[in-house]
Amino acid sequence: MSHQTQIDTEKCTGCEICISVCPFNALEMKEGKASVNDQCTLCGACGAECPMEAISVPSLEKGEDPGDYFGVMVYAEQRLGKISEVAYELLHKGRELADVLKVSLSAVLLGKDITGAASGLFEHGADRVYVADHPLLEGFTDEAYGEALTRIIRSYRPEIVLAGATSIGRSFIPRVATQIGTGLTADCTELSIDHEKRLLLQTRPAFGGNIMATIICPAKRPQMATVRAKVMKKGKPIPGRSGELIPVEPDWLEKPQKTRLLEIVEEIGEKVKLAEADVIVAGGRGLQEEKHFSLIRELAELLGAAVGASRGAVDSGWISYAHQVGQTGKTVAPRLYIAVGVSGAVQHLVGMQSSDTIVAINNDPHAPIFDVASYGMVGDLFEIVPEMIRQLKGR
Amino acid sequence: MHIIVCIKQVPDTRQVRLDEKTHTLIREGVESIINPYDLYALEEGLRLKDRFGGKVTVCSMGPPQTESSLREAISYGADEAVLLSDRAFAGADTWATSYTLAKGIQKIGPFDLILCGKQAVDGDTAQVGPGVAERLSLPYVTWVRKIEEIGEGRIRVQRLMDDGYDRLEMTLPALLTVVKEINEPRVPSLKGKMRAKSQKIPVYGAKDLEADPDLVGLQGSATQVIRVFPPPRLKEREWMEGTAGEQVGKLLEKLTKLKLIV
Ligand SMILES: Cc1cc2nc3c(=O)[nH]c(=O)nc-3n(C[C@H](O)[C@H](O)[C@H](O)COP(=O)(O)OP(=O)(O)OC[C@H]3O[C@@H](n4cnc5c(N)ncnc54)[C@H](O)[C@@H]3O)c2cc1C
Ligand SMILES: Nc1ncnc2c1ncn2[C@@H]1O[C@H](COP(=O)(O)O)[C@@H](O)[C@H]1O
Repeated sequence: MSHQTQIDTEKCTGCEICISVCPFNALEMKEGKASVNDQCTLCGACGAECPMEAISVPSLEKGEDPGDYFGVMVYAEQRLGKISEVAYELLHKGRELADVLKVSLSAVLLGKDITGAASGLFEHGADRVYVADHPLLEGFTDEAYGEALTRIIRSYRPEIVLAGATSIGRSFIPRVATQIGTGLTADCTELSIDHEKRLLLQTRPAFGGNIMATIICPAKRPQMATVRAKVMKKGKPIPGRSGELIPVEPDWLEKPQKTRLLEIVEEIGEKVKLAEADVIVAGGRGLQEEKHFSLIRELAELLGAAVGASRGAVDSGWISYAHQVGQTGKTVAPRLYIAVGVSGAVQHLVGMQSSDTIVAINNDPHAPIFDVASYGMVGDLFEIVPEMIRQLKGR
Repeated sequence: MHIIVCIKQVPDTRQVRLDEKTHTLIREGVESIINPYDLYALEEGLRLKDRFGGKVTVCSMGPPQTESSLREAISYGADEAVLLSDRAFAGADTWATSYTLAKGIQKIGPFDLILCGKQAVDGDTAQVGPGVAERLSLPYVTWVRKIEEIGEGRIRVQRLMDDGYDRLEMTLPALLTVVKEINEPRVPSLKGKMRAKSQKIPVYGAKDLEADPDLVGLQGSATQVIRVFPPPRLKEREWMEGTAGEQVGKLLEKLTKLKLIV
């Protein structure tokens, strides 16, 4: 296979789309047809965009040297201008992987008036931060964010790209991976490096948490993964640590967008957001009545915790869906999870079993929630919880 | 309006376990069902048809037995069904799957909207919908919990987020992936069940789709599963003994030691 980008001049209509998308000025017009010069890095941007399929770009073949793809890149998610916790967790993990591979760690920041957030990313381990700061990137659309990240990856060619497995990451990262033409592993809970083959080992639960699978992306670059929030540990920032800030001009945004974000509506009234909370107190059907949910709220308040719920409690109408933990709700992994009157159906367990410490309160000693509990309390929640509130207040 | 709904046949994950010795999935006795989220996609398609007229085509890639799920979709009210099936498609990851589905959809012909489930419960990846959209150069929105409005070549939707929801507008044609909050699926009708029995379901293979053999199935997959194993053994558990007061006392002491509470 040839190692140059080839243009089929029979098919080329001279539309110049390839020239406008090439990040390296590697294409030019010659006698009304596109032609490749020696700036070409085989990034593939032109091939993906050519409407006539006139461009063939050699792709990385099995066993071939992964070429000049170097470094670990983390997508630093933000919403409403605030960097998500998962970004810091991924920088910590990314630092570890980069050190093993002896390469640098970069972060990508997309948004409006967001450049200032870069300093926090340096302090959490990034050597370089690519920032696209533009009014059209203020709110998240798959179209604009996807295009931005794709272009940055094509230009800077990292060997690994990590993003949070959040509503945002799981939405637009698949688009980026498809555009680039590489593999993507969703919702990983473990990442490590196979030294010998210089491969990223990506481990994730599948089949509703019943099995674990380790996945590799042997022949395509970058190796991309979305990573579950709260699974990787967030490291301590190093105050004053700095790095190289690289602004990216998103001029391609000037072209009309097919998607438009009209409004962002925040719904959860609680002070602490579930997915980011360090402590969660969750209530289930064992509470028996809506009004008893106040016990959960009071305990949570005392512990500075967020309020979670089983689907049983949500379906009973005691609390809104935004609080539901589990397969069809949120996945959480706080430092402390207290399950009150929750039986522990597998669909609930998959959403919380990677919490550091789990306390279960249930009057049925055989309730499956006890299988994942670090501390089990068998008894009536209507005695135990008020007692807990009393003792906590007395401290 | 022509709506295409992508449905996947999956094993009922509530029944799937791993053989601890061979580390392979125990599939015997595990029922195949339509991926639960895809039923919400199908229902939303049927509701749009009820409102605006047109037709709903269901499309699935899978082994020949996937036909039963397509027939089930017809019993719910889908007008047409297309099966993409070929030995060459086996072993596809989300990358190869989205390529094959995109080829299948191109074969089906012009459409206004593609609907997918939020994710398939076997792989839980949620990558195929966006992948199909990208390959067809369509705009898309994921996690849609409500379609607010359709008209004049545009669609307005609500996207469920971790902390609330977003409202977005796109040009048509477009692709949506839907969450279960979007509707309450109907039950199959008797008429539908009758039609499901007799309806012809075309089966397209790699050649029919003019699919590049290097891009489908295992061959076309960028990722590779190298190990499957049971989830790690659960942590040691300690019971708090005694009266409610004593149990709570012991617990708070432990949590304080772990610096989980102050
Ligand atoms: C496709 C699918 C997806 C699902 N997704 C989710 C999901 O995301 N999240 C989720 O949570 N569920 C989910 N479920 C539902 C799940 O299977 C269970 O039905 C649900 O979790 C049960 O909720 P629960 O534990 O509150 O209720 P129950 O199972 O009724 O348990 C109540 C518990 O309270 C205990 N109890 C009762 N009284 C007391 C008392 N006085 N003191 C102490 N303990 C007491 C009981 O012993 C019992 O163990 C899903 C189901 C399906 C089929
Ligand atoms: N083999 C398939 N055939 C048809 N649709 C599929 C297939 N795989 C995935 N999908 C669609 O893509 C969605 C997401 O699937 P996944 O990315 O596998 O989690 C599903 O809910 C389906 O709508």
